[in-house]
Amino acid sequence: MKIWVFAQEAAGAPTSGTLELITKARSLGDVTAFVGGDASGVAAALGEYGAAKVYATGDLGGKLHGVAVAGAMKAVIDGGDAPDLIVFPQTTEGRDVVARLSVKLDKTVLTNNTGIAVEGDTVSVTTPIFGGNTLVTTTFTGTGPFLAAFRPKSFVAESAGGAAAEVVAAPVPDLGATGGATVTAVHVEESSGPKLDEAAIVVSGGRGLGEADKYAMIETLAKLLKGAPGASRAIVDAGWVPYSYQVGQTGKVVKPTVYIAAGISGATQHMVGMKGAKNIIAINKDKEAPIFGIADLGIVGDVHKVLPKLIEALQGR
Amino acid sequence: MNVIVCVKQIPDPAAPGALDPSTNTLKRDGKLILDESDSYGVEMALQLVDKAGGGEVSLVSMAPNGEVSGLRTALAMGAAKGILISDPALQGSDALTTAKLLAAAITRAGGADLIIAATESSDGYTGTVPEMIAEVLGLPSVTFAKALTIADGKLDAQRQTEDGYDDVTCPLPAVVSVTAGVVEPRYPSFKGIMAAKSKPVDTVTAADLGVTSVGWAGAGQTITNVGQAEARAAGTIVEDDGEGFAKIVSYLENLKVI
Repeated sequence: MKIWVFAQEAAGAPTSGTLELITKARSLGDVTAFVGGDASGVAAALGEYGAAKVYATGDLGGKLHGVAVAGAMKAVIDGGDAPDLIVFPQTTEGRDVVARLSVKLDKTVLTNNTGIAVEGDTVSVTTPIFGGNTLVTTTFTGTGPFLAAFRPKSFVAESAGGAAAEVVAAPVPDLGATGGATVTAVHVEESSGPKLDEAAIVVSGGRGLGEADKYAMIETLAKLLKGAPGASRAIVDAGWVPYSYQVGQTGKVVKPTVYIAAGISGATQHMVGMKGAKNIIAINKDKEAPIFGIADLGIVGDVHKVLPKLIEALQGR
Repeated sequence: MNVIVCVKQIPDPAAPGALDPSTNTLKRDGKLILDESDSYGVEMALQLVDKAGGGEVSLVSMAPNGEVSGLRTALAMGAAKGILISDPALQGSDALTTAKLLAAAITRAGGADLIIAATESSDGYTGTVPEMIAEVLGLPSVTFAKALTIADGKLDAQRQTEDGYDDVTCPLPAVVSVTAGVVEPRYPSFKGIMAAKSKPVDTVTAADLGVTSVGWAGAGQTITNVGQAEARAAGTIVEDDGEGFAKIVSYLENLKVI
């Protein structure tokens, strides 16, 4: 089976989501990575994890990935090199590319997957629904290329010790009106301490904190535990903290050693982003809150009483 | 300026979801409501049209059983009219078919300077439909916009990224998906609710829109298994008696993380 992986980079290296997908893909078939941009800096790492070849569009000149990379993929496919399967990290760019390509190829797309199985020419993917309690397996029908997007941390990235991948140019064709959007400036929201999706300990706050100022308790606790602060969608939507703090369906997927949920009821939207944590501690005043259904340790109590005491106890150590 | 907002009517998210055992699709036979994620797009559209000093906000939606209660909510907020795609043949339609139908409805409505959608629905969350609509219509798109302004025939957006945001500029007409929180949605007024009852909703079928191969037949996928995920072992749940914090401390000590 010929598989393409939409490969993304950050700070000059492939993203962890990319390497997870390449690792999985190499167990299923022959892997080619597809990069939006210049691949010279990442070809070695992509090869090391199992990509034999890298298609690269070259500099996108500020064009958004969705329309540009999908255009370049379509051009390669029309040129005769069609894969059987294309897999995408479930990121903003990954979703845009797979959506545009879905229309260009007139092929269905399956997103939010966490598993994949290949038997002969048949490809099936697994998707958790209802907060991850139910797993749905869906099989592609018809002919490929099949298109599927996977949540971060669905697979474990492991080096294959491969040689640097051969880079082949896949230029972006004329996009006409569809290529009208241009990035004019990039803003990175800096945060100190470990990254949210890599931290061994994550402390998240939710609506139960009551007001934006109280989020400072979450940051203090995270710092004391050398962890990262996170948030539920409710308080991101309310503007208390930036989107980059959000854990859940529409935010980051985290799998830390310890996840502390403070004042979070456990909406489906949130649970799918954190239920892979090894240990879950929940503090919530509503004992019926769904979060207690997955907590290893649950404290039914007021976060405004429990957190200050917890912070004080840890500061005293 | 005319804006079309794609809105979804979904089962109440507060009620537990269930699959129809005969079709393995999400049960959507009860009362449907306006997806909260879409109220942000409706509000954004109303504000932009207001600021432009003319034009109107129209809605397109796709729902079973001729359901309009969610559409009426958006009309009560201030949208002028809507197109509802409702057709028993649509059950099992995938995101691509949905996008083709919504794009056809947008064309039927006469197009617009701007088409707004949420980044994803709260019940199906495929998260690809807005970008697909743009491709079907041959338009540029900006997804995940957390701020949006219109001037001189173009839009400027702050587009959310994994690490922050990008400033993006794009000529109109265009498709934009907006994040929750982009604006504060208004509550419909009593006057708005009364007015919404008589606002026009044009109900159409897939055939009316000229889109064929819909529903399961057009989906390119089939559900082959539905199973339960491995459940987590039940944890220890205790009422805070003032010493709840100490239980957390000793739990963390046992894990040797402090």
